[in-house]
Amino acid sequence: MAKRIEAHGVTAFYSSFKAIDSINMTIEPKSVTALIGPSGCGKSTFLRSINRMHEVLPGARNEGKLLIDGQNVYDNDVDVTAVRRMIGMVFQRPNPFPTMSIYDNVISGLRLNGVRKKSTLDDAVEKALRGANLWNEVKDRLPRPGAGLSGGQQQRLCIARAIAVEPQVLLMDEPCSALDPISTLKIEDLISELKNRFTIVIVTHNMQQAARVSDRTGFFSIDQTGDPGRLIEYDDTSKIFTNPSEKKTEDYITGRFG
Amino acid sequence: MTAQVDTERPVVIASGDQLKAKRLPTWAPVAVAAAAIVLAAGLVMGTGWGGPVLTGVVAAVLFIVGLGVAGGVVEGRRAGSNRVATTLIYSAFLLALAPLLSVAFVLVTKGFERLDGNFLGTSMKNISAFDANGGAYHAIIGTLEQAGIATLITVPLGIAGAIYIVEYGRGFLANAIRFFVDVMTGIPSIVAGLFILSFWVFVVTPIFNDGRPGYSGFAAALALSVLMLPTVVRSTEEMLRLVPGALREGAYALGIPKWKTIMKIVLPTAGPGIVTGCMLAVARAAGETAPVLLVAGGNPAINFSPFSDNQSSLSLYVFEQAGVASQYAPARAWAAALTLVVIVLTLTVLAKLLARRNKLAR
Ligand SMILES: Nc1ncnc2c1ncn2[C@@H]1O[C@H](COP(=O)(O)OP(=O)(O)OP(=O)(O)O)[C@@H](O)[C@H]1O
Ligand SMILES: [Mg+2]
Repeated sequence: MAKRIEAHGVTAFYSSFKAIDSINMTIEPKSVTALIGPSGCGKSTFLRSINRMHEVLPGARNEGKLLIDGQNVYDNDVDVTAVRRMIGMVFQRPNPFPTMSIYDNVISGLRLNGVRKKSTLDDAVEKALRGANLWNEVKDRLPRPGAGLSGGQQQRLCIARAIAVEPQVLLMDEPCSALDPISTLKIEDLISELKNRFTIVIVTHNMQQAARVSDRTGFFSIDQTGDPGRLIEYDDTSKIFTNPSEKKTEDYITGRFG
Repeated sequence: MTAQVDTERPVVIASGDQLKAKRLPTWAPVAVAAAAIVLAAGLVMGTGWGGPVLTGVVAAVLFIVGLGVAGGVVEGRRAGSNRVATTLIYSAFLLALAPLLSVAFVLVTKGFERLDGNFLGTSMKNISAFDANGGAYHAIIGTLEQAGIATLITVPLGIAGAIYIVEYGRGFLANAIRFFVDVMTGIPSIVAGLFILSFWVFVVTPIFNDGRPGYSGFAAALALSVLMLPTVVRSTEEMLRLVPGALREGAYALGIPKWKTIMKIVLPTAGPGIVTGCMLAVARAAGETAPVLLVAGGNPAINFSPFSDNQSSLSLYVFEQAGVASQYAPARAWAAALTLVVIVLTLTVLAKLLARRNKLAR
């Protein structure tokens, strides 16, 4: 049930500031797409534009068309919560709900969307935690607070929370930037597994990570500060990292720029 | 090593390779304190300038100076000023505590004189200020009912208002509401009482009451609501703003609707702070006298109904009893004051426990 994402001229504004300009890209179902680029070039903004999270900020708005299996999520009659239920998101910094236990954190999306049955919830917790590679570490302390886990565990808890609602697309904004190498590896393994079920888009500053986990890579850049970010090159990961067509991309991945 | 080590001021900055500094022995502050007291006693009492109070003040000054000098000489200037600052902060703490403790002490000692079953169980019906006995039962009922109704009105309204300002309000309307809430904060309680008197008691209730003004406990609750509302709104607003946006976004990203995010994620996170704010408002309302006097009128007899007839309240009772020249009245006033403090304290503790219960065991 993974979905195809098509961006047609997606543009994002923070009040009057244009942060990304006219992004066009097609993301195939059941693939992992990495977004790379220098800081401030609009990777997070583009990611948040996919599940209409961008517009949560006051003054922020989108233009263009973003199709999920052909349906434009920017249309006026689209239900935002339905979009976000279909497109899950993991944030750069782990944000478990502080008043909830580990158990409640994982099923928060289900319970707050009306699922009540205890057995369904129990099953969902185990499945999601196993899916996030966290089950063994926390299975004995599910009633303990989610905020009491280590940073890496919290991040995997947030991943479990996101996959528990069975989204069809999973967006991850630098999910490993605060993690140790072992947790990072676990999350990368997880991404490779989740790829069988979801369409995954991941923002990362780690080239090796992009090369390791992704099928396709998009390189974003800005000409100079104040200009909007653009998609410079978008191609198979192997091509981007071995033989990019654009000079800018080559400079960036060889470390000569950005 | 070429850097010059200043021997008189060791290790202030990274001035050398020396990391250890001389420290005063742990008994030094005690010794300085003892010396300061002896010296002060000798100076003040011996020369007959003053009594124990002046001795205490002089001893405190001598202690600060002595400890600062001793620390400065032995440990260096930074450590010396650290000792002075520490001492000053502790003294400020003690100074701030002194009035609180003395109020509590006087209240408890004088209040216990009449605080018994008879006081808590009887009213002042047919008992004049010049009689012994009499109690505050009617006033306790009044306070509980008036503060309770006011809380029922203001807490939902105030929290809803704060949610609107923080989560939904954009632009003019939200700013206008915030401005008027600020203005309301500054309303003196007597003005709130006059407002309810002229609006509710003299205009609204006569319509249902054959043209007679309806003094009642409910009118007092309305006046208290006017006073409580801004406190509840502002404190809730501050608490909601402290909830990180990342939590809201985390919930939105799960497809949780906004209103549910607010009810199930934002409010519980801000819960304990909101409870504290509400309890501050309740405590303030329970202690108000003027509005109750104006619109509930006072009543020496028990009146359970907040909607008809005059009612008293504990603060009003204290005001009445403290004002008459009777040998029995002051004891009643103190006992009522103690009762009021105990009630507010109990409510506060209960509310805090209730807010804590939801918190997970760490
Ligand atoms: N809340 C905001 N309000 C105004 N401008 C913003 C906001 N968030 C981001 N921007 C601006 O939008 C542009 C793109 O930001 P974005 O966060 O998408 O960059 P990024 O590529 O994710 O960078 P990083 O790699 O550092 O996370 C930047 O110029 C940034 O300053
Ligand atoms: Mg970013």
